[in-house]
Amino acid sequence: MANKFIVASAPHVHGDLSTRRLMADVIIALLPALAVSVYVFGWGVLTVTATSIACCVLFEYLVQRFLVGGKTTITNLSAIVTGLLLAMNMPANIPLWIVAVGAFVAICVAKMPFGGLGKNLFNPAIAARVFLLIAYPSQMTTFAAPSVEGFADAYSGATMLAAAKACLVDFGSYDAMGMFAGIQSGSLGEVAAFALLLGFAYLLLRRVITWHIPVAVLGTIALFAAVYGAFAFDTPHVVLNYSLFHLIGGGALLGAIFMATDYVTSPMTTRGMVIYGVGIGLLTMIIRLWGAYPEGMSFAILIMNSVVPLINKYVKPRRFGKK
Amino acid sequence: MRTFPIGGVHPSDNKKWSKASAIEAMELPDVVVVPLAQHIGAPAVVKVAKGDKVKVGELIAEAGGFVSANIHAPISGTITAVDLQPNGQGLRQMAVTIKREGDEWLESIDRSEELVRDCSLEPAEIVARIKAAGIVGMGGATFPTHVKLSIPEGKRAEVLIINGVECEPYLTSDYRTMLERGEQLLVGVSILMKAISVDRAVVGVENNKPDAIEHLKALAKEYVGIEVKALKTMYPQGGEKQLIAALTGREVPPPPALPIDVGAVVCNASTAVAVYEAVQKNKPLVERVVTVTGASLAEPRNLLTRFGTPVESLIARCGGLPEGDVRILNGGPMMGRPMSNLASPVMKGCSGITILSGKDALRGEPSACIKCAKCVEACPMGLEPYLLQRYTVKKAWDEIERNDITSCIECGCCQFTCPANIALLDYVRLAKQTVMGIIRARNTKK
Repeated sequence: MANKFIVASAPHVHGDLSTRRLMADVIIALLPALAVSVYVFGWGVLTVTATSIACCVLFEYLVQRFLVGGKTTITNLSAIVTGLLLAMNMPANIPLWIVAVGAFVAICVAKMPFGGLGKNLFNPAIAARVFLLIAYPSQMTTFAAPSVEGFADAYSGATMLAAAKACLVDFGSYDAMGMFAGIQSGSLGEVAAFALLLGFAYLLLRRVITWHIPVAVLGTIALFAAVYGAFAFDTPHVVLNYSLFHLIGGGALLGAIFMATDYVTSPMTTRGMVIYGVGIGLLTMIIRLWGAYPEGMSFAILIMNSVVPLINKYVKPRRFGKK
Repeated sequence: MRTFPIGGVHPSDNKKWSKASAIEAMELPDVVVVPLAQHIGAPAVVKVAKGDKVKVGELIAEAGGFVSANIHAPISGTITAVDLQPNGQGLRQMAVTIKREGDEWLESIDRSEELVRDCSLEPAEIVARIKAAGIVGMGGATFPTHVKLSIPEGKRAEVLIINGVECEPYLTSDYRTMLERGEQLLVGVSILMKAISVDRAVVGVENNKPDAIEHLKALAKEYVGIEVKALKTMYPQGGEKQLIAALTGREVPPPPALPIDVGAVVCNASTAVAVYEAVQKNKPLVERVVTVTGASLAEPRNLLTRFGTPVESLIARCGGLPEGDVRILNGGPMMGRPMSNLASPVMKGCSGITILSGKDALRGEPSACIKCAKCVEACPMGLEPYLLQRYTVKKAWDEIERNDITSCIECGCCQFTCPANIALLDYVRLAKQTVMGIIRARNTKK
């Protein structure tokens, strides 16, 4: 017989989703932010990004090849996503050897020892960032001033959040629109709010992520800041500015859209996602307002990462037929 | 636009291959093999012996219990065997083999094209005729229709729902039936309404079949209490529970609850036509429309086929098997059963033969679960397929039962959507069967 009959159980067709396509979409969604970052900080951004990606891919390949065995997993593009996200979390002028150390921590400590993609408890890029922040605090928090004409260099070397913490910001005259367009000092991925939101829209459009986590995180931050601001300031205008500042300043957008939504380390149900997002928002604000660090996003995500298995165990989707 | 409340996926509907082909009669086969178990429930009990002569429509096997169905001769001729014959999956089951001589029908069957609208029978008489005609759910589930129509003590039917959704990709047999036999369908619906004493019926059709919706809406103006509703295209809307929820907003509680617990009785569109023929024309169920389709098939068609006709002759009629590797399905690509024996017969639940070839016939290579939650999002029953899969690997049957696996309708949305190509439903099906077995054993012990 010329024909070979293939027998497998239903369903016999598959949708167009694949791990690689989802990862590629995340990379595409990060490109606008990367482009703005190059515009603001110059070509050095690309060196940092390329180093980070190259190291992550190389480390994953080596671990797979020599320690774990089996088919290589770098073709699923997840190592590139980790490398890109890690770069987004670093200053433009960071020494490249620190980038390599970060990639090592992300891949060889946070990801592969747990069993590789899908098994890691903590977001590899965030784990690496937090490690670097503690190990090399000065290099990780010395930011290049934006190299673009007319952009505020009043706070060069420090982020807006750090400035705010040091009571250097006048929230009455603070320019939220300017920050929205990308004029703050900070890590590569933190400079351009609109570019990050563009990426968010793309991810939603392609149905890579749902809105639940980002909206829960950002909503909680905005609400928390507004309530706190209401006690700290007299006029509603300043309170609004203060709330916007916490949303756009620092890593809130990058974290909420790209880091907290990491599939592997976030909950499986929409209700779980909301709980997780609110937790990240609360912890971020608590650290920002009363902690030792100006920015609390990374710590908040890491802490909530560790709660995810518990959320998955107890927060179930609504079953059909049960109200 | 209306649809069901949780989950669902959008497989490409691929109805284009066969939707424009009007229903044609398949040539009568020289020999038919008529299995005694073409329905859910007890197999029918054979009433004929080797050497007997039969006419089309003659009873050859009688329902073997309440949940069972009569079986009639689909062709006229001589019984040549009553023995075990391999089915589509190669498993042997009891069947009656008839060698054809001409095409002689029972005289009591009205074979004219004339539409008979009025029905003065009492509900019990209607149900009795449907039972006598051996009608089962023709959407694929093959549940005996007279059982559905026998409302249990203490329950009350409020609405009759007619399933014209045909959400399964590729298949167009219900679609063509709705277009070409709309009048018969609506008379059948009126009869079914009378049988369960309801004054309201809703026909649900997905909006990828706008011409069928328009056609039925226009015809339904002539009938009292029948409403045709368009539904947003979404798989698995043809699932009984999904359809009830989409049309009435009521959710059937988890098993062992049934649609009647929310006042609904659901029948397939083609079943309604069969009911018309049984009650108004005295014609038992001996044939059905089978869609024979596939992207690589030369001439996809919708063939009115007598039961017992070998599947291979339908494929030959449509241009023969394409070259290379093929996956041949009894049904559509989401829930159809793979076939390994093409000599096996067309049965009451066979709404289509779908042929996938080349790359479409192969499964993707599975990779690691990335916990993307797409399967949880897609599950129309609100289950967590990834979790059930993990527990199945660990054989944690207690945990699986606690996570409501018995609610699974095996629609395949989870596996369809999984970006890691994990065969989720393979695991879930295994776990469901195991857990159901455990539950049954526990109940018999009590």
